[in-house]
Order: sequence, then structure tokens, then C-alpha cells
Amino acid sequence: MREIKILSPTGHLGFTPLEKGSFFTGVEKEPDYIVADSGSADIGPYYLGADKPCSPEMWQRHDLELILKASRELDIPMIIGSASDTGTNRGVDQYVRIIKEIAKENNLHFNLAYIYSQQDKDKVKQALNEVRIEGLDGFDDLTPDVVDKTDTIVAVMGTDPIIEALDDGADVIIAGRSSDSSIFAAPLIREGMSKATAYYAGKVLECASFCAEPFMGKESVMGYIQEGEVVVEPMHPKQRCTVASVASHSMYERIDPYYERVPGGILDMSECVYEQLDSRRTRITGFKFKEEELKIKLEGAGKVGERCLSIVGFRDPYLIQHIDGVIEWSKRKVKERFPDKSYQLYYHLYGINGVMRDLEPIKNPSPHEICLIVECVAETVEKAEEITALAARNTFYARLPEVKGTAGTAALMSDEVLLAKPAYEWTINHAMPVDDPFELFEIHLAEI
Amino acid sequence: MEVRKLVELASTIRSKNAGVNNITFDIIFSNPENYRLVKKSGVLNKSTVAKLFDISEDRIVSFVEFDPANAIKFTIRRGKPSGSPGESDVFGSQQYAPLLDIKVPI
Repeated sequence: MREIKILSPTGHLGFTPLEKGSFFTGVEKEPDYIVADSGSADIGPYYLGADKPCSPEMWQRHDLELILKASRELDIPMIIGSASDTGTNRGVDQYVRIIKEIAKENNLHFNLAYIYSQQDKDKVKQALNEVRIEGLDGFDDLTPDVVDKTDTIVAVMGTDPIIEALDDGADVIIAGRSSDSSIFAAPLIREGMSKATAYYAGKVLECASFCAEPFMGKESVMGYIQEGEVVVEPMHPKQRCTVASVASHSMYERIDPYYERVPGGILDMSECVYEQLDSRRTRITGFKFKEEELKIKLEGAGKVGERCLSIVGFRDPYLIQHIDGVIEWSKRKVKERFPDKSYQLYYHLYGINGVMRDLEPIKNPSPHEICLIVECVAETVEKAEEITALAARNTFYARLPEVKGTAGTAALMSDEVLLAKPAYEWTINHAMPVDDPFELFEIHLAEI
Repeated sequence: MEVRKLVELASTIRSKNAGVNNITFDIIFSNPENYRLVKKSGVLNKSTVAKLFDISEDRIVSFVEFDPANAIKFTIRRGKPSGSPGESDVFGSQQYAPLLDIKVPI
């Protein structure tokens, strides 16, 4: 079996433009595939729920254009996963449009495959009559009412739909929501590699330069893959893939550094052996794979309500010492006017526990100033706006016995309420058993 | 007994989302001696972490000593999923600060 070279130019295509220098260094080494993930759940529930991109199209186009031109020049496949941050049908359609525009401008011709992974709510509810959709990471098992509270659902595809698209002769693949490591593993499995080798390569390459040191984002790395071994090399001349950087990357953003669950099995890295080949390359061997029943992860987000914010500051040490009393007064005044519980109101106290909230171990801080951000979520913009104004202004009118500043007990940054984007929450973070690896995905082919 | 702070012994101390409902903490040592020292000291385990963040132990969903990277890693379940109304750290990237000052007996 031949050695396969995969170039990974960015860990999140479009999030910040990729760096050209190391990308072209990689292209010169003639990879067999260029693969990049373009999505993440890290950006929070808003973008999936509202079905919006979180990256500017100019940056997405920048990255897609570089990769498309290079892959056509080398005549190798390019695979993009989780199109446009969320991998919804909107994201896939947007990337297909961009790809077609770039192709037209540059007179490029190729076979395009695009794969939808968005799910219909009614179909998910129907599935609940037949199977248990298991909650992950502390979520309860899925119920129809949770599906009703959800605006957008995507299924996270594994390798099968991508392999199918490659079998169909695709040169360019734009995939909806995909498992990061699967988009790298798919071409390797198709080339005849074991799942252990393929998924490990995916795992180490998915975040591009994050597996190298010193820390640099958006630089390309190359994986050299043979059955049973993966070698990684950074394409930026000042980066190094060391045993430490590669091993510590296997911990990044994951609960367990030894085991990684992927669609249809578990990648076992507990006996991985890391060897420094030279100052810039590390070889990894010893990974294993255990097959499991195929379960596909579903992600969903739903709208909670309209959201407003207001920014307030405090500088008087007496007020800072008695900030609980100030907040108490504000809450009381809001409750008097809105005795129902049909809204959510939060006081983010920067300087006290604004960053860590309930995890903050420092219980008696003594800052010289405090920033309060009032956040209200309610069913209408008008109501959210009114409650936010009421809560913020009443920190200005707080009644405390010994306050000297009787002209106002707060500094309102400006006496206005900021209209924020609507509030969404993660509603679905679940695993659904499937018999057919294609049943949640829809592959389309087009000649460009 | 001589003590050093964790920040003086570790090369990386970080926190980040691991999925939408967990925050994972990595403490990585470039010096294996320091790693072994901290591991042996007993200052970092499920119960000391729970005490430090003032949470019940069942919110710590995993605690691993990861020898290949000379690292200690643990994961805390979030109070609410990332980005929910009232949440304050959508990436979970600023939750590691209390670890810096942990006192390690030498």
C-alpha cells in the first residue's frame, strides 16, 4: 500500500483566513488530498439554531479559493467538512455557490459532490417511536417536546457518505456537519488503510498547526500515512511537531486523551508510541480501533427568546462592598412590575465572578471597580428591552443606608439598552442508532 | 516544607470546551520531573479539584494522568450548556485561573 499524504491547512476553514506561506509549502510537496473542517460546536448554539454563518463570507471564499485552485492544479480531491460553521443545508448551499463562482472565474472543471446532513424535526420525532436517542454528556434522552423546542438539527456524518462521494468520482466534496476526524479518515479507509490508522491520522491532523509547537493558528501541517504509522510535519518553518506537542494535542478539547468515540467505534490511543524522527517530525504508532454499533450524533439548538443587554459600572467602595444589596434592590423592582416568571434575568458582575460564575473560588474579592452586564431574555424584544432598562436603572436608584453618592448609585455606560442577537440554547446533543450509515445523509453530484 | 506554585512547575495550564456541556482542563509539564512531583504530591485529584471550584465531585466527569504528554487532565460538567442565557464563557477558555496558585510541596 502506498504512503498517502494529506495536507491539513486549517482547523476551522473561514474562521480566520488561513496562512498562505505554509499552505503553498505543503502544496509543493504534492499531497494526495487536501482536507479541512469548517465547523465547530464551540461557537455556541446561536449559529446553528438561527442557521447563520459565524464567519464572514470573504474569509470562507479566501480559504476555499486557495484550496480549490491548488487541488485542481495537483488534480487531487479536496474534502471540506461542516460547511460554513454549522454544516446545515444553508452552509452546504453557500459553499457550493462559492465553489461554483470560483470555478467560473478560473475556468475550472471537475466533479462536485455535496452532502446534506440537516434533519427534519418530524422525522426525528418519528424515529423516537422506534429507537432510544441517547443523551450525551449529561443530556437526558431525547423526547418529542425537546425536538419541538429545537429550530435546527444536524446529524454528524462519519466516513461512509464521504467514501461514497469519492467512489462516485468526486474531486471536490462539500459536506454538511461531519465528524472532524472522519473527513480525514474517509479517503484513507478507501485507500485500504485500517480504521485505526485512518481515524488516528484524522485525530492528529484535524486542527492543523495545533499539533505543533510553538503555538500558531491557521498554519498547514502534512500527515504522511502508511498502514500502522502516521508521521506529522508542520509546513511553517518555525514550527515543530514534537512528541510533547503531538501527545498533548491528543488531549485538546476532549474528555479522554486515550479514547475517542467516532461514528461506529472507538479509537484507542492508550498504547500509542510517539517517536521524534528529527527536530520537526514525529511518528506515531500503536493506535487501535474497536468496532461498535453505529450511532450518529445529532446536534440541535433552539431559540429561547429575544435578548437585551445593558452595561453599568460601580466605583464607590461602599457600593462595591454592598453590591449584593444593589442587585437585590434591582431584582425587587423588576419583580414588582413583572411578577410572572416568563423571563430570564442575569447580572454578570465582572470584578466579582463575571467570568467563572458558580465556579469562582474567590468569594470575597475587593476590586476597585465592577462592571455589571445586565442580560434579559424574554419572549418579545419590547419586554426584554423594558426589563433590561428597569434592572439597569434600578442599580442607579439602589437604596442603601450609608451611601454618600446620593445623585446615583451606578455609572451607566450610556443610558441605553443594547439589542443583542436572540438567545438560543443547545437542545440536542444526542446519539441515534442507525442501521444504514446513509439514512440521515443525502449525496448530490454535479459536473462543474 | 518548601512549596512551589503550580504555575511555576507547569508549562501549560489551560481550559477549553470538550463538547457543549463540559469544560476540560489540561496541566502540561515540559519537565517530566515536575510532572512526577505534582502527581506524587496528591495536590491534584478529584476531591481537591472539587474543593477548589466548590462543586460536588460528581460534576468532575473524568480525571486522567496522561503520561505520554506529562500531563494531568480533568473535565468538569458545565452548570448549563455553553452559550445558554446567563452563561459567561462560551469557549470555556478562562476557567483555569484557580489552578495557577495551587501549592505543591517540594
